[in-house]
Amino acid sequence: MEIATQSIEGGFADPVFNAQTVFRAVMDAMAQPGSVQPLPAFAHPPAPLSAMAGAVALALCDNDTPLWLDPALQISAAVKSWLGFHAGAPLANTPADAHFALIAAPAEMMALDGFSQGTQDYPDRSTTLILQVSDLTSGTPLLLQGPGIEKTATIAPARMPRHFVEQWKQNSQRFPRGVDIILAAADSIACLPRTTRIKTMEA
Amino acid sequence: MTAQPTDIATYNFAYLDEQTKRMIRRAILKGIAIPGYQVPFASREMPMPYGWGTGGVQVTASIIGPDDVLKVIDQGADDTTNAVSIRAFFKKVANVAVTTETAKATIIQTRHRIPEHPLAAGQVLVYQVPIPEPLRFLEPRETETRKMHALEEYGLMHVKLYEDIARHGRIATTYAYPVKVEGRYVMDPSPTPKFDNPKMHNSPALQLFGAGREKRIYALPPFTEVVSLDFEDHPFEVQTFDQPCALCAAENVYLDEVILDDHGGHMFVCSDTDHCEKRREEGHRGHLAPETRLAPEKMEPAQ
Amino acid sequence: MYVAVKGGEAAIANAHRLLADRRRGDRSVPALRLDQIVEQLALGVDRVMSEGSLYDRELAALAIVQARGDMIEAIFLVRAYRTTLPRFGYTRAVETGAMLVERRVSATYKDLPGGQLLGPTFDYTHRLLDPELAAGGDVEEPLRRENEAEAMPRVSAILAREGLIEPDGDMPRDHIPGDITREPLEFPMARDIRLQALSRGDEGFLLALGYSTQRGYARNHPFVGEVRIGEVELELDVPELPFAVPLGSIRVTECQMVNQFKGSAKAPPQFTRGYGLVFGQSERKAMAMALCDRALRATEFGEDVVAAAQDEEFVISHSDNVQATGFVEHLKLPHYVDFQAELDLVRRMRAEHDARENAGKAEEKREAAE
Ligand SMILES: [Zn+2]
Repeated sequence: MEIATQSIEGGFADPVFNAQTVFRAVMDAMAQPGSVQPLPAFAHPPAPLSAMAGAVALALCDNDTPLWLDPALQISAAVKSWLGFHAGAPLANTPADAHFALIAAPAEMMALDGFSQGTQDYPDRSTTLILQVSDLTSGTPLLLQGPGIEKTATIAPARMPRHFVEQWKQNSQRFPRGVDIILAAADSIACLPRTTRIKTMEA
Repeated sequence: MTAQPTDIATYNFAYLDEQTKRMIRRAILKGIAIPGYQVPFASREMPMPYGWGTGGVQVTASIIGPDDVLKVIDQGADDTTNAVSIRAFFKKVANVAVTTETAKATIIQTRHRIPEHPLAAGQVLVYQVPIPEPLRFLEPRETETRKMHALEEYGLMHVKLYEDIARHGRIATTYAYPVKVEGRYVMDPSPTPKFDNPKMHNSPALQLFGAGREKRIYALPPFTEVVSLDFEDHPFEVQTFDQPCALCAAENVYLDEVILDDHGGHMFVCSDTDHCEKRREEGHRGHLAPETRLAPEKMEPAQ
Repeated sequence: MYVAVKGGEAAIANAHRLLADRRRGDRSVPALRLDQIVEQLALGVDRVMSEGSLYDRELAALAIVQARGDMIEAIFLVRAYRTTLPRFGYTRAVETGAMLVERRVSATYKDLPGGQLLGPTFDYTHRLLDPELAAGGDVEEPLRRENEAEAMPRVSAILAREGLIEPDGDMPRDHIPGDITREPLEFPMARDIRLQALSRGDEGFLLALGYSTQRGYARNHPFVGEVRIGEVELELDVPELPFAVPLGSIRVTECQMVNQFKGSAKAPPQFTRGYGLVFGQSERKAMAMALCDRALRATEFGEDVVAAAQDEEFVISHSDNVQATGFVEHLKLPHYVDFQAELDLVRRMRAEHDARENAGKAEEKREAAE
């Protein structure tokens, strides 16, 4: 399919309500870290951008939010054109300028501290990372604690960034600065806000 | 002139445009990720005045969907005029189901109270906030208070509370009583009576706070530690009432004083109207409930 | 007997019905048409457009009649509509030097290129009520000037040739103008943001603040370099097109206040400027805005901040009348839950106070008896 056609098709069929549904799933996932929020595929972006990550991007990004793409997405003209057409988000020059980052290959991604961490005065000015993961059950199990979790929660996202647990620990130490993560699996969403502490089950 | 409406002005579905909703939704997510931190957002003018719930309305308008059931209270009551007005607004612009029953609502927008019926997981409590900055009355400058939050420098607040104790023998703050969230940010709980503060701690519901005029959104995720500020020798305590609700006999609830006549006659009734009605439906009767009421001339003033 | 207040919905509906009746007034008097308001209450329409931040005369007129002539209510109506409108883009900066001028006066020069042009002004009218207006008498057609007007450079450009006045604002080249309707305010703010806030600020508030600077609360020695009123072209850059698209013209009032400045550690002696620009025709607002703008530049020139008009957080946080009226008027809403909490506290403290007093008196009696 031509890029021009690809870029026009595959957006939200019902922009108002699809965006609301996706947002509520993300909100619930962010409020209850580690909880898995099921969500149908509302968007159909060109590969390698996944349907779920694409839908999250459409729900949250627009021309006010510079977006950073990882190399796997960066090389796809079709993906850039699709995001440009449906979200209108400008591409960030550097990861540190990004309000959102879309990561198609988390296992190869750059370090978390390369993204904007916000400032001590404005810790909200940090990058929110949208990680495409194949599932939330087949990876290393992560035992989670923190706000939003009554006692503990467990999640096992597949193909996470290298040294993720160690990187996340450093992210927590930067609080209130730090990045937040939205995990976009094939048919569900989970979140790791910066307040979530990970106690690995395997060291 | 014939009264033929023109298409001179039209409004979007759910009032807010999609770009505005996205902006507010992003602020909500940041607020959840940094509990108690006030996220600046580009608050919009709303079709009700600033100070009348525009922050709460913007938050509700940004999260609400067709499957939601909305409850709106002001002073704990569903039938106060501003609550009626906001409920009617959402009925009109979003065509959502509305309820007065706390347990049936998915979103509860409130001004000045937290319902008596315990909130459940999955519910969202949206607070209307007039002045979100807990340090504002101690330091009017935003540039200064921002620094204090950044440096976690809350000495001024403790000094203020301690001056209260020195002057009045107690902390003389009865509402908008400051809390500390997860041991980090000092937060204004909105002007709820301090009676409601303990309900914020480890609530299973998500709590969102919107301040429209001051352009701030903040949040408490479920199961978040919320501690009312106090001192070891002057621990935080809530208001207590000497008598139960005159209509439903409820104890340990927040009561409003209702003036009955001009010779000092008054009675105390639940501020949470839904809670009171529910209890009366269940057969609870207070000493002034209609079925058992005394003749008006015999009615004794409370206290 | 206590009856829970019910029927709020009906009460509200009835109140609004009564409001509609009072708005319409005596039915035997013809209803106002929007074109009558646009044509005959034009300066009221201009104020609503200016502080409502929406250039649309017809909507402003509708807001005025809907608000029964309450200007702040009308401004609020326009703002609440404006905020729902999609944003297509930002025009190029308007070129006020190329304005199609209807009025232009300078207090700093007797005559200047383009001349002094009085235009449609209240200045020099004798404020005597005119019974002929009440009778709706005929009005003469205005005179038209015979030859094409010569170019009218801005007074600031004339002064700048000698280097006597500070140049136009010096935002960094890559500075993207902010938008107070899209981004939350942050202090301290850049001048572009501050000017936006002032331009939609309450006329009365800015007037009082500007006046206070004249009376010595941060006096800044102002001269009206120029006030000009007229039409300016709006042009929009569209990425796909090699030229700017003309969108039409709007009427604006611009004031360039020239302020004496003796120099400081930071800046050489030269004239400095305060700037005012508003939709429509409003000299009072543009001039007050210019006075406040200059006062708010105190730190830029190393001046001490000693008065309210120089205090950015104070001025900008309180200049918006839609915010101010909302918060002042919200005191009408029920606050009885919090009042109850205070009532309880005061009762308890009074009881303790009385107990102490009584204990003290008992002690006195006992001592006296001994
Ligand atoms: Zn009761």
